[in-house]
Amino acid sequence: MTKEQKRGGVPLPLTHVDGTVPTLIKTRKRDEWQPRIVAFFCNWCTYTAADLAGVSRMKYAPNARVIRVMCSGRVDPQFILEAFAKGADGVLMGGCHPGDCHYSEGNYKALRRAKLLKRFLKDMCVEEDRFRLEWISGAEGEKVKLVIDEMVEKVRKLGPLNLPGRFADWDSEISVLEEKICAKEEKEGAAHHG
Amino acid sequence: MADKPKIAFYWCASCGGCEEAVVDLAEDILSVVSAVDIVLWPVAMDFKKADIEAMPDGSIAASLINGAIRTSEQEEFVRLLRKKSGAVISFGSCACTGGIPSLANQFEKERILSYVYEQAPSVINELKTRPQLESKGDEGHSLELPAFREMVRPLDEVIKVDYYLPGCPPTPKLIKEAVTALLTGKLPPAGSTLAPDTALCEECPRKDSKPADLAISEFKMPSGAVIDPEKCMLAQGFICMGPATRGGCEALCIKGNMPCTGCFGPTSRVKDQGAKMLSCVASSAAGKEDAEIDKTLAGIPDPVGTFYRYGLAKCRLRGKADRVPGKGVRQKA
Repeated sequence: MTKEQKRGGVPLPLTHVDGTVPTLIKTRKRDEWQPRIVAFFCNWCTYTAADLAGVSRMKYAPNARVIRVMCSGRVDPQFILEAFAKGADGVLMGGCHPGDCHYSEGNYKALRRAKLLKRFLKDMCVEEDRFRLEWISGAEGEKVKLVIDEMVEKVRKLGPLNLPGRFADWDSEISVLEEKICAKEEKEGAAHHG
Repeated sequence: MADKPKIAFYWCASCGGCEEAVVDLAEDILSVVSAVDIVLWPVAMDFKKADIEAMPDGSIAASLINGAIRTSEQEEFVRLLRKKSGAVISFGSCACTGGIPSLANQFEKERILSYVYEQAPSVINELKTRPQLESKGDEGHSLELPAFREMVRPLDEVIKVDYYLPGCPPTPKLIKEAVTALLTGKLPPAGSTLAPDTALCEECPRKDSKPADLAISEFKMPSGAVIDPEKCMLAQGFICMGPATRGGCEALCIKGNMPCTGCFGPTSRVKDQGAKMLSCVASSAAGKEDAEIDKTLAGIPDPVGTFYRYGLAKCRLRGKADRVPGKGVRQKA
C-alpha cells in the first residue's frame, strides 16, 4: 500500500489520462512569485458573496486569503498596514453597498478610512493598486470573481511588495556594525585571557 | 561616591530638549545629583567614551538615552552603554518612537544628502563635495566620520530597552517619578512605559465637551482659525491626537490652547499610533457621499506629518516603501 492509499487519499494526477499536463500544475512553478492578497470581507455581504462564488463553482485566482470580519467598519487601518508589513502584496476590503450596512453606518466609516488611508499609502510610495475597497452584496458572487481576478492581475504587474524582505535589507546596515563590534570584543576577550 | 548608583545620560539624534527637561527638574535636580553618581552627560560634563569603556560591564545602574538613531556612531555608543548598564531607559519621543527626526524616513538617504549638500538654495558647492567616511588629511593622517544611515530608527530597534519614558520632552514630574523608582528599585516589569496606560482624553480638562458623535464637517489648522479655549479640539475641527495618544503629560498643550500632536506615543493596546488616529479621524468625519468626504478630508493636507509627527519610525511600514533595496545600504560600518 502506498502512503496515499493508507491515508485514504488519491495522489494528485500529474498528467491527464491523455498524457497532457494540467494547466494548474504546468503554469505554477514552486519558486515562482505569486501575488499574495489579504482580503477583509464583511460577514453579511462580501463573505456571503464569496461563499456564493464558491458554491456556484466559479473559478477565480487563488491568491486571496480571505479574513471574515463582522463589518467593513471593523477593519482598522492598523490591520491593513500590518498585512503589508507581514508580506501581503495587496489588501482588498469588501463591504455592503452604501445604505445596506447591517450596522447601518459601518461601511461609510470604512469608506472614509479607505480614502484617507489611500492618500497616506501614496505618500509612503505604496502603489495605488495594492489597496482596494469594493462594495459587493451577498448576491454578487460574480463580482467577487471579477474583483479578485482584476486585482491579482494588477498586483502581478506591479510585482512583489515584499516589505519583510525590504526591512531585512534596510537593517543589514546596522547588523554589519554589530558583527564588527562582536568580533572586536571576542578578540579583546581572547587577548585578555591569553 | 563609590556607593552611589551610577547614572549615564546620552543623546543621539535629538534637539537637546530632553537635556533641558532634566534641568527642568529645578531644585529637585540637587537631590538627584546628591543621590547618584553621574558618569556620563555629554551636554553638561566632560566624560569621554574611553571612561565608559574602562568601566566593568553592568556597572552603570541606568543609562537614560534620548534621541533617535541615525548614524553608526550613535549605534556604537548605545551598544557600549547597553553593555555597561543594568537598565537602559529610552528617554523622550525620539528614542521611543523616532520622533520628529524620523519624519525623514519619507525620503531616502541619497535624496537627503543631495539636497543638503547640493540643491538647498543656501548651498554653494560647485565641486559637489560630500563628507566621506574616510579621508586623508594634508599631512597624511586619515580622518574618519560616522556613517549616515539609510533610515532613522528608534532606540529599541538597535539595542534592548528596559523602560520607556515618552514625551517631547518627558515632563519633570514623570522624570522625577522614574528616577525615584530607579533609586528605590520599585520599577514595573521590564518593557513598561513609565507613564499612565490611558489615552490623553482621559485626563483632558475638555473631556466633557466632546460629543458622542463628532461628525467633523471641516478640518482646520490652528494657524488659520481661532481656538475656543473651553471646547474639545476635535469637536471644533482641529486634529487633536488625544484619542490615540498616551496620557501622562497632564494635557499641557491643551491647557495652552493647542491641540495634542501625539508626542507621548500610543498606549500599550495600540500598535500603530498614526493608523489608529487616521482611523479615528476618518470615522469621526461627516459625509457619506464621495464628493462630500473628499472635500472634508482635503482639510488634512499632510496625513503622514499629521498622524506620525513623532512616530514615523514606529509606523508598521517604517518609512517610504520604494527605497531601492540594496542600493547604498550595505556600506562600510
